[in-house]
Amino acid sequence: MEAYLSLFIKSIFIENMALSFFLGMCTFIAVSKKVETAFGLGVAVVVVQAITVPANNLLYRFVLKEGALAWAGLPDLDLGFIGLVTYIGLIAAIVQILEMALDKYVPTLYSALGIFLPLITVNCAILGGSLFMVQRDYSFGESVVFGLGSGIGWALAIVTMAGIRDRIKYADTPRGLGGMGITFITAGIMAIAFMLFSGIKL
Amino acid sequence: MSAMKVFTDPIIKNNPIAVQVLGICSTLAVTTKLEVTLVMAISVMTVVALSNLFLSMMRNLMPSSIRLIIEMTVVATLVIIADQIIKAYMFDISKQLSVFMGLIITNCIIMGRAEAYAISNPPFRSFLDGLGNGAGYGLVLIIIATIRELVGSGKLLGFTILPSVNSGGWYQPNGLFLLAPSAFFLIGILIWIARLTVVKAED
Repeated sequence: MEAYLSLFIKSIFIENMALSFFLGMCTFIAVSKKVETAFGLGVAVVVVQAITVPANNLLYRFVLKEGALAWAGLPDLDLGFIGLVTYIGLIAAIVQILEMALDKYVPTLYSALGIFLPLITVNCAILGGSLFMVQRDYSFGESVVFGLGSGIGWALAIVTMAGIRDRIKYADTPRGLGGMGITFITAGIMAIAFMLFSGIKL
Repeated sequence: MSAMKVFTDPIIKNNPIAVQVLGICSTLAVTTKLEVTLVMAISVMTVVALSNLFLSMMRNLMPSSIRLIIEMTVVATLVIIADQIIKAYMFDISKQLSVFMGLIITNCIIMGRAEAYAISNPPFRSFLDGLGNGAGYGLVLIIIATIRELVGSGKLLGFTILPSVNSGGWYQPNGLFLLAPSAFFLIGILIWIARLTVVKAED
């Protein structure tokens, strides 16, 4: 239990997807202009990440891993090399299903998330989460915790960023630095703040 | 627009990173060592050029409703091939690239160029457009990696340029440049320079 808790904390703060691995940067920069939209996207990422990482974990353990297809009479088969295309396929399919299910059963949430759901397929934080899970060889339980934690970490980063950008709007930045330039420098300072957590041993 | 311009435009004037602000993740993550960066830049350039070429050839056959899935599959296949080649011949580098090789699939430059250019232009031009965007991406990557490796460890491509204090020289390496935040600062400054010189942004 304790191991799960420390993995959870680690994936939110110490190994923050956005600020220490730079994953999902394109959306992180593009959709952090307003706090409300950033929050909507953050929630969508948490949900999708918490579903896709465990789903890809099952796919990896029972189909792709070396020797995983032994039950089908193929003990020497290692399908690891087609991992990339299957993970992204599964992510795209899950996002699509989630979109249809939300549209049918929870229309309010669906309209709140709007265009963010399809955008998530090409968010590298999602694919990155699955790839880290494979690389670190997490068990199913760990992958559930890691998926949830890394999603929350990413959401936390984007909401904070949106809050800061809301204030920066009124600041008098030098010519040419306003907009994108200052956003990156702000993100750099945030990354330094998150580095403080890296001294914590769990 | 002439074919030559299709190729040269994205390198400086319409640079994917500094001007279009696409494909940032990998720019930040793989630029601590110049050698790794070069491999990454070449892989992205190849993948974006070939994916533009193939998608442009198929553009009249693809129904628009399942367009994204087809694009994704083509890109993922190309990335798998690049990944396998690097694993086979440059194993050390593939270890350092870790998940970022696979993340080329979700690099916004590739999907962005496919959507914005390849699906409405003939194959040869799309190929050149991909090559140009790949080159523009590579250029920024190399600039950032050169600064980070030189300031962060006093080396370039593994050769010592500035002998560090630890090995009896005079240069005190600035460790911050090997860590995450420096990459954000460098890109921010690069975008600032680009906005002031190449494109006149109307903030």
